[in-house]
Amino acid sequence: MTAPAAPLTPVQAPGVPRMARLLRAREAGTLALVLLVFLLTTLKNHNFASSGSIQQLLVGASLVALLGVGETMVLVTRNVDLSVGSTLGLSAFVVGNLFRTEGIPVWSGFVIAIALGATVGAVNGLITTLVKVPSLVVTLAMLYIIRGLDSKLVNGNIVVPSQVPHAFIEVGYETVLGIPWLAIIVAVVVIAVGYVMRTFRPARELYAVGSNPDAAALAGIPSGRRVFVAFVTSGALAGLGGALFLALFAQVDNSAGLGYELNVVAAAVVGGVAIFGGSGTVVGAALGAMLLNTIQQGLVAVNSSSFWDEAIAGGLLLIAISIDRLLALRVARSLRSAEGAHREL
Amino acid sequence: MVLHMEVRSVGAGNEASDGAAPAGPSSAAPDDAAPAPAALELRHAAKSFGAVKALIDGSVVLRGGEVHALLGENGAGKSTLVKILAGVHQPDSGEVLVNGAEVTLNGPAAARAAGIAVIYQEPMLFPDLTVSENIFMGRQPVRAGRRIDRGAMNRDANEIFAQLGVVLDPARPARGLSVADQQIVEIAKALSLNASVLIMDEPTAALSNVEVDRLFRVITALRGRGAAVMFISHRLEEVFSICQQVTIMRDGKFVMTAPAAELDVDTIIRSMIGRDLGEMYHKTGTVPGEVVLAVDQITRENVFYDVSFSVRRGEVVALAGLVGAGRTEVARAIFGIDRRSSGSVRLLGKALPNGDPTAAMAAGIAFVPEDRRQQGLVMDLGIDHNVALASLHRLSKGGLIFRSAERQLAVTWADRLQLKYGRMRDAVSTLSGGNQQKVVLGKWLSRSPSLLIIDEPTRGIDVGTKAEVHRIIDQLAAEGMAVLMISSELPEVLGVADRVLVIHEGRLAGEFARADATEDKIMRAATGQVAEAAA
Repeated sequence: MTAPAAPLTPVQAPGVPRMARLLRAREAGTLALVLLVFLLTTLKNHNFASSGSIQQLLVGASLVALLGVGETMVLVTRNVDLSVGSTLGLSAFVVGNLFRTEGIPVWSGFVIAIALGATVGAVNGLITTLVKVPSLVVTLAMLYIIRGLDSKLVNGNIVVPSQVPHAFIEVGYETVLGIPWLAIIVAVVVIAVGYVMRTFRPARELYAVGSNPDAAALAGIPSGRRVFVAFVTSGALAGLGGALFLALFAQVDNSAGLGYELNVVAAAVVGGVAIFGGSGTVVGAALGAMLLNTIQQGLVAVNSSSFWDEAIAGGLLLIAISIDRLLALRVARSLRSAEGAHREL
Repeated sequence: MVLHMEVRSVGAGNEASDGAAPAGPSSAAPDDAAPAPAALELRHAAKSFGAVKALIDGSVVLRGGEVHALLGENGAGKSTLVKILAGVHQPDSGEVLVNGAEVTLNGPAAARAAGIAVIYQEPMLFPDLTVSENIFMGRQPVRAGRRIDRGAMNRDANEIFAQLGVVLDPARPARGLSVADQQIVEIAKALSLNASVLIMDEPTAALSNVEVDRLFRVITALRGRGAAVMFISHRLEEVFSICQQVTIMRDGKFVMTAPAAELDVDTIIRSMIGRDLGEMYHKTGTVPGEVVLAVDQITRENVFYDVSFSVRRGEVVALAGLVGAGRTEVARAIFGIDRRSSGSVRLLGKALPNGDPTAAMAAGIAFVPEDRRQQGLVMDLGIDHNVALASLHRLSKGGLIFRSAERQLAVTWADRLQLKYGRMRDAVSTLSGGNQQKVVLGKWLSRSPSLLIIDEPTRGIDVGTKAEVHRIIDQLAAEGMAVLMISSELPEVLGVADRVLVIHEGRLAGEFARADATEDKIMRAATGQVAEAAA
């Protein structure tokens, strides 16, 4: 037939792996920032690098990282789940209370927590996809509804460590080869969901829905069903987070998980999840949680005035995100320049 | 957008295709002798939106191995026809046949399943996903455990690109691809779906010369594979270089189908227009007064070049031309929304600063945009608020705006423009298109401008209100306003304007006084069929 047309976009023989590297650089950049903060803090306070301190770093980031996994799934579809903190609090109290009053077996605590969270997520998902109320509004309302329900249930009757089975609490502080169980559970979830999000068609369709909803509809993607599943997963993981919260602190009042939703969204965004959908990975969100937590604990370790802690953490966060955005802009420009080269022909 | 003046090379498309088409001689008479049923046939389709009859009798027959042009003026019903074939609209009557069997295309998925792929002027991709994932979304190649096989997916994409004779990195994200490359991705998607019919809606409108040549090579390759291609374009030279069959539509109706080889530019243009202008237009004869707007050699790099003209008091000047020729862009540069690269604009003798709409408004220009929903109105606010919006400075007393003043202003203009409304505070979203346009007009006219720029004044407006808008424009001119009107509807241009300027690919291609302007002359100038007339 005809000779192949002259390439308009320059052939990128060496460019293909470079592109893959650039895309992964988002996660690599966050990891590098975590290590940088860790190193700088250690220079000031050598105890920061002790195994106990490192364990504390991992445990401290675990819950936000876990909730960040579900949040990422929701964010990539161009939605948001603000009810995760409340869901965690409710789940923690309900499970603790069942241990106290019903003496349920340890394993069932996890099952109930997950089921409870999934139910909340299902309600969020149904209202968002069927009634077409923006998820920001739905989950904000859910945040208050559940917080109110939680306060009513607790009603001063807080769960204390002596009422929680010892085997359950062990999950919160026991370690394997020096790594806390809690961190292992979260790492397994992060890696598993991360793999799923890269590898399976329905998961890729979550990205498609968030990247261009109209094109997703034309491609025949059942957007509603996909978004629903994202909300259910986010809720289920928040429920699991409640059980882990109970295991970690062994004490639950009606303030459990208060304000977590903002930490979770911040962690996801710091980790490179686009707030307007379409891109970002759960591994990135988990690393974002690590970064936030390391900054906070690092400030404590260098004895910064506690008055300034939050302000400095916020400032560092802004700097980190700005650097990240600048890098992303450079990537975008390099992608466009390939086009610019032949537009001038 | 990239524009050019020279006629495109015709060679590449035809030479290569002659030997490659396997489905027999493509120039054979399509009607009686054809042994195989048509790949896709639309018979007598009609479609109305409310009172507007967008398509009255749409018919077209697409055969494998043939590129079929669909031609017609703006508003002839081409887009509606395309959307019916794409499954986006369901026809009120008429039938669709695929390979001789009647089908119902009740959604984009059904059209896809029937082997029909539509490539829109602005492709619909997922910017965050890779090129290959865009092609195979929902159908990604999988290995054991239904896991996506990225290697195979990229290889498959490369294979399709090779068949099309293009080079594109399948692993890069779609974000940042040029429109031409995005179209290639869409075409690759269609091929991966084994589409037997490809419909391209003005694919070349946003492409450069080189990109058009490449697209034509791709279309030729598609033809060689036996695909039926429907090609919509306003550029007749492209039609002659790539198409074997031509179907012409006018006023929502099928006019004719003929082999391209048997047609010439004259016949096509006559078939596309060819109707009498009814007495829809009332024209008050006015003697133009002093020059209000003087545009001198304005250029916006890559958009339009060396445009000069003037508009006098009491005169209606129309900017005609095809969609995308740069008419709106000229108006935007005059008003200052876009910056001019060079040239000057003077209003009543005073130079207007470049890129400053506020100064243009203060100097006395009113700009009624084409897209009134997006740019002209605050849809959720009431009629009174919307009319007053551009006059808030004049209405305010000590920094406060009194509702009564707003209302009074709005009532005055509602009466003058014969606005049909329930209550003044009703949201303008509840009004019909024509009445919305009157609200926008009222908003700008209440500033008593000396120059009114109005872009597509009657788009999406029913026939009755259309005539009213035309009467308002005529009346304004009679009262001494200078009017610059952009319109894609030739009858409107001929009926309303005192003078017609035609823009072709960013340059003035003709100027006609009312007395000697005809649809034929304007269409020729707009499609670049005449040597550049003196501007």
